[in-house]
Amino acid sequence: MNPYIPEIGKPVSRVDAAAKVTGTEKYAVDYYGNNLVWSGVRRAGIAHGRIRLVDTAAALQLPGVVAVLTGKDVPGTNRQGIVHKDQPVLALEKVRHCGDAVALVLAEDRATLQKALSLIHVEIEPLPGIFTVDDALSPDAPLVHEEHPQGNVLLKATIQKGDAPSAMKGCDIVLEETFHVPVQSHTFIETENGVAWQQEDGKVVLVVSTQAPFRDKWEINHALGLPLDKLQIIGPYLGGAFGGKDGATVQCLLVLAALHAGGRRVKMWWDREESFIAGYKRHAVRMHYRLGARQDGTLQALSCRLYYDTGAYAHLGGEVMALGMEHAGGPYRIPHTLIEGWCVYTNNPIAGAMRGFGVAQVSFAFEQMMNKLSAKLGMDALELRLKNALRRGDQNTSGVTLPQSTGIEDCLSRVQQHPLWRDRKAWKQGAGKFHKRGVGVAAVFNSMGYGRGLPDSALAKVELTQAGCIRIYSGVSDMGQGNTTAFVQIAGQILCQEHTAIELVQPDTERTLPSGSAAASRTTYTYGNALIKACEELRHRLTGRAALMLLADTLDDLELLPGRVKNLASGREIPLTALAAMMPPEDRVCISQFLMPVVRDKLDTGKEFVIGFPHLLFSYAAHLVCIEVDELTGAIDVQAYLATTEAGSVLNPQAFEQQVQGAIAQGIGYALSEEVLLKEGHIVNNNFATYIIPGALDVPEMISLSVAAYEPTGPYGMKGVGEVGMNGPLPATACALIDACGIHMTRSPLTAQRILAELQKQQETP
Amino acid sequence: MIINFLLNGKKATINAEPNRRAVDILREDLGLTGTKEGCGAGECGACTILVDGESRLSCLMLAAQLADREITTIEGISDDGLHPLQDAFISHGAIQCGFCTPGMILSAATLLKHNPHPTRADIRTGLSGNLCRCTGYQKIVDAVEATSRREEQAK
Repeated sequence: MNPYIPEIGKPVSRVDAAAKVTGTEKYAVDYYGNNLVWSGVRRAGIAHGRIRLVDTAAALQLPGVVAVLTGKDVPGTNRQGIVHKDQPVLALEKVRHCGDAVALVLAEDRATLQKALSLIHVEIEPLPGIFTVDDALSPDAPLVHEEHPQGNVLLKATIQKGDAPSAMKGCDIVLEETFHVPVQSHTFIETENGVAWQQEDGKVVLVVSTQAPFRDKWEINHALGLPLDKLQIIGPYLGGAFGGKDGATVQCLLVLAALHAGGRRVKMWWDREESFIAGYKRHAVRMHYRLGARQDGTLQALSCRLYYDTGAYAHLGGEVMALGMEHAGGPYRIPHTLIEGWCVYTNNPIAGAMRGFGVAQVSFAFEQMMNKLSAKLGMDALELRLKNALRRGDQNTSGVTLPQSTGIEDCLSRVQQHPLWRDRKAWKQGAGKFHKRGVGVAAVFNSMGYGRGLPDSALAKVELTQAGCIRIYSGVSDMGQGNTTAFVQIAGQILCQEHTAIELVQPDTERTLPSGSAAASRTTYTYGNALIKACEELRHRLTGRAALMLLADTLDDLELLPGRVKNLASGREIPLTALAAMMPPEDRVCISQFLMPVVRDKLDTGKEFVIGFPHLLFSYAAHLVCIEVDELTGAIDVQAYLATTEAGSVLNPQAFEQQVQGAIAQGIGYALSEEVLLKEGHIVNNNFATYIIPGALDVPEMISLSVAAYEPTGPYGMKGVGEVGMNGPLPATACALIDACGIHMTRSPLTAQRILAELQKQQETP
Repeated sequence: MIINFLLNGKKATINAEPNRRAVDILREDLGLTGTKEGCGAGECGACTILVDGESRLSCLMLAAQLADREITTIEGISDDGLHPLQDAFISHGAIQCGFCTPGMILSAATLLKHNPHPTRADIRTGLSGNLCRCTGYQKIVDAVEATSRREEQAK
């Protein structure tokens, strides 16, 4: 490929693409090393119980076993967790879910490791398990965490605006329904893994598949008591994450293992089944909704109660619920709201962050309420949404004023104008025998950034190298979303260098600077803003130093060009290599920090949220789906898909489409097939043969349109687009199912079995 | 046991336990980490390699099954620059995290060998054994389709 200047707005190919297609990109899992030690974990296999005995003697005697460790061997607090430190590295007294780690083994090879793990004798006295929200909330429920002051309630919170109970009484129409959404698994293809070793100076280096290398360092410091300056975390490109690698997976276990490996490299790599059992999940939620409206379709009042099952440990459960509550009323104007939430501990697998963080769940409920209302009023589904759509300057359902870009109305209008919507009646008539067709829409949104209470900050660092290249030190992981490429575009745009002269350093706690997690649709927005400032400073500095060499008495004549600075007045140039040779190292580096703006409204609600509420910035989308239902089997075939998305300006049309299409595919899985099935806390479907994610045949051709908008606080006007697309497919498909068969589903996924049962019910009732 | 085979066009000899998995031999002993593992059970396709020119799952193959075969991994799919599929995957944006990409490309190569002019539906069927969690497949289908067109034009 010829050198080009990567610029903003162009469909620049990923900077990591060539290495990924040739198989040379080194993910964490591709790190091995000579004299490697394999490590692995013995898991509880029981959802709730007291540990009576962990006998490691037989395992220790097995030739080839390097070490066997239990909770007694953990220095430090033996507690990890992003907000609440409630999760042991190795459980010592009790186990709270089947995936709890009770022993850690180091062995010379994988076969010995497996054998040793099976030789560990574990005795756990079972305790009554908590497997549902109702179990958890019952007054005499056994406690998952005895020390937690609110019992099994991790967090109870309320968001209210106006007076929903009174307003509800004055509504022409009041609708009520209860919805259920299940646990979803991220199923990134690269499962949780890492490699760690201890250097002679005592420092432990960890290469790990992670979304938050800097937070990992603090987690390990807390859990193992290892000083921060004795820890280095390196986070290569990830083989997918979607929220599931935000928080400790292998980190503390591997560093603990490294402390017992005599300087040898230790590798841990969870297999698919272990990833299911021990990895994080999307929360299952039960949602009770009451929606009040006027006869003309104007929304008046919403009251809802949301119950999030966070499983055995908090992870980000409270924050996930906070976001769900903040989005519970949809992208609509509703003057009166009362939204209550309970996030509860159970003995189910741990629920945490996943793309559409708490929001994918409520999107199903609020959009099904809108469908119910449109059916009741006999009003067009799109018209009803347009009528109530938030506009810039409105107050959202939490009472936050929206002075920023707010494009849901434009998204809906674009769908309305599209042939897939306009010509839907004709298309529906083409259904064959025993098939019915339907077209559904959904309006969704997703906030950006951490929200109030936690600074959403990034520290960008950019350097002119001695070789005359630009090197960006990214402190925020690229799990496949492509933020790295956006960073190169920003540097190319400002510094006018060719792509071959721009280098990238992936997160490394010794080389890059803390820039938060790769999460919350924030990476390009926050780091990008910081990088713009750093690159502008570097440009100013390079022209300023070049002025000395080019004898320019004003910077106005100087221009930074590929590989050189030119004095346009005199025609003289200086190569960047010569400039770099003149500049001392500290002069060649620019560092800049950016802090995301926050909500300024003083809200008298949501006070239970210490962090993560409320949010200022949102991206918006309207989705349309065309489905065909097989009346004999109940199966849905998704035949066409349209997404219109407002996420500010588009920095890279190709990367933008990638995010939208990928999110739709995950959303289709969530809509149609994905459900982690639990039996007394055990996952029944812990492999790809039984937990079905969409394959190439399950996803239709998708049309993605970006709706023009400019977000003044964003880098070049952009907002995050990583998550919003995840929230649309389930509600849009549920809407299409109503259109096709008149079936209002209250439980997802919309499996053939469930739909068939509803079709049979329809036949039975004349 | 001593196992001889052809690896990416070159003779290879390894001394390995016959019951070790081919994917581990490739990744651990031979350093060819372009071959990925996503499930270890033949369900995701990330470990796809070519055995005598046909796509096979290296997580389901034992070391002994490599004997006397011609093995191609992603590292050896082209001996002169990028393979047209690799080129198309880049230009069509068919890569996000990239972890499924090597397997996807090798499956696509087998598909095009047997069906040089596939429809989009054929491509989806041909790739249905390779799971991708990032892309939604559309750009992958675009890339494979473009490759088949390009090869058609080159004739």
